[in-house]
Amino acid sequence: MAGKSSEATGRVVSIASVLGAAGARTAYEKLLLIREFENKVYDSFVAGLVQGTTHLCQGQEAVSVGTVMALRDDDYLTYTYRGHGPCIARGMDLEGAFAEIFGRSTGVSGGLGGSMHLTDMQLGLLGSFAIVGAGLPVAVGAGISARERGIGQVSMTWFGDGATNIGAFHESMNLAAVWKLPVIFVCENNLYGEYSPILSTTPMQDLVVRASAYAMPGVVVDGNDVVAVLDATRRAVARARAGDGPTFIECKTYRQCGHSRSDAGKYRPPGELDAWMERDPIVLFRNRLLAEGLLDKAGLAATEQRVREEVQAAAARAAEGPWPEVRPLHDATYAGTLTA
Amino acid sequence: MSTITYREAIVRAQREALAADPRVILMGEDIGAAGGPFKTTEGLFEEFGPLRVRDTPISENAFVGAAMGMALTGYRPVIELMFADFMGVCFDQIVNSIAKHRFMCGGKVAVPVTIRAMGGGGVRFGAQHSQTGETWVYQFPGLKVFCPASPADAYLMLRQAIDDPDPVIVLEHKAMMAMKGEIQTDAGRWPAQRPQVVRPGRDVTLVASLAMVRRAMAAADALAAQGIQAEVIDLRVLRPLVAEPIIDSVTRTGALVVVEENHESGGWGAEIVARALTAAFDYIDKPPVRVTLPDWPMPYSPALEDAAVPSVQKIVDAVLAQH
Repeated sequence: MAGKSSEATGRVVSIASVLGAAGARTAYEKLLLIREFENKVYDSFVAGLVQGTTHLCQGQEAVSVGTVMALRDDDYLTYTYRGHGPCIARGMDLEGAFAEIFGRSTGVSGGLGGSMHLTDMQLGLLGSFAIVGAGLPVAVGAGISARERGIGQVSMTWFGDGATNIGAFHESMNLAAVWKLPVIFVCENNLYGEYSPILSTTPMQDLVVRASAYAMPGVVVDGNDVVAVLDATRRAVARARAGDGPTFIECKTYRQCGHSRSDAGKYRPPGELDAWMERDPIVLFRNRLLAEGLLDKAGLAATEQRVREEVQAAAARAAEGPWPEVRPLHDATYAGTLTA
Repeated sequence: MSTITYREAIVRAQREALAADPRVILMGEDIGAAGGPFKTTEGLFEEFGPLRVRDTPISENAFVGAAMGMALTGYRPVIELMFADFMGVCFDQIVNSIAKHRFMCGGKVAVPVTIRAMGGGGVRFGAQHSQTGETWVYQFPGLKVFCPASPADAYLMLRQAIDDPDPVIVLEHKAMMAMKGEIQTDAGRWPAQRPQVVRPGRDVTLVASLAMVRRAMAAADALAAQGIQAEVIDLRVLRPLVAEPIIDSVTRTGALVVVEENHESGGWGAEIVARALTAAFDYIDKPPVRVTLPDWPMPYSPALEDAAVPSVQKIVDAVLAQH
């Protein structure tokens, strides 16, 4: 299953040619950061530091890193409730992210958003949408802004395979295509919409065909290959910056965990998870770094150690953060005065 | 001051906003070359071009959600919803995204979106094209909801909405488009964003919005002939609701009748009655009365629609029964 997607791209690209040595180290670090972050969120849930629910992205890190590394600092991003990946890849402050998920006043949104709503306008992280498909129209709007401003910005939106069955997806694809907006639609096809396997809800497994319904270029990429994701995204971004309109990128990937905290994913057929664990995006990239001689084992180990310590320290600081003061929240609700 | 129609007031407010602020962009169905199905963007496409006055696909989810994306990235989108009923199509974008985004971001962003939604009955459009939308949107923190009942308010409320840092839904009424009146272009003389006494009286307080204000005024005329002096309050701003002018009035008159073009169950009238009773219980002598649409959808037949929408006579009868 996973092999098919690599064939679909028809491209075998070397790390060095796409990323260079420094870029390769950055990519590896970002992949690890997201993995360690998500693992720590899971552990924190078990420890009682996180309440409610949380949707983790272990196994999908290469999509976040490969797409985000194709962007400029002034580009715009919208993503989903499974959205920690793009935020960390974009450089969100780790302590602020943890503190938000822990509900502390030191969180990126003062604890008002939570795990499903990490945002940071300074980084172009416009919004994490907890309603399936709701972030796509907003990304289209950011694409209108980008087009109007005329300085080559693009807007990128992440969504899952499940979102391609909701109206907002189709309306957004259509509007972006008819107005030729600089929007990159990144579909993380992890084979499950919440608890349901894709073929039980969708009449095809290759969602890229849906791009053609909107006369939009569509590409399929191995979403567990960070180099392939970056390579494909760069092409899409270049098209968008040049004024040639949107692109749909289907990233074939796999959610190594269940849908949310309470889901153990027991509906998966035997062997499926194991097969995908063989293609873990971090292991794949690590092996290739070694094979191409871009990092040696000592270098990798040092990076892994540093990232782990960084994440642990950020989480520890976040856990010390104060709870938000209980007070009226009108000022967070409205920007303007309520009575004139 | 100048005398124009409600529709012209809407066009004028948008023209001035487009001219004053390059961040203002209009989007909606057929608002461009066609000038809008109710001609509420007449001439603007010719004057400002297709990028500032954008014809959209019939795709409310996309362009209402897009408005939020534009607002987050430096623009001031103004959306026209051809019928307020179409808020049902993009309800998620309005109440889950636009209304809550600032809050979920810890108050660190503003979402200056204006949504003009044309609603209301009395024009024979049937069940899916006659709703005011008032009760659909008035309960959501994060939104502001303006209800202009005159050309003056159609103009100034739209100017205020476009300048507002928060999302504002302006519910315009289709049956009022030809209504004439004076507008005040001097922002320094605009009234506060709250209910307003539009006719003083001592015997009963009538609270109405949108097209019901005119009917309440006509009812007050009829009641005066029978010796009852009704005070009429134009609700104007449904959210955030400032109840003080209504409570002040009821405290003086001792009687309250609300008139709204929404179903009785869960209408804003219930909220007004509750607030008045809580704040002025000792001053209210008579049971409050609600004059509303019946609890069934709007019928098409003129005979049935006219019987459904609160009429002047129904308002008069309600007050007389109360007294």
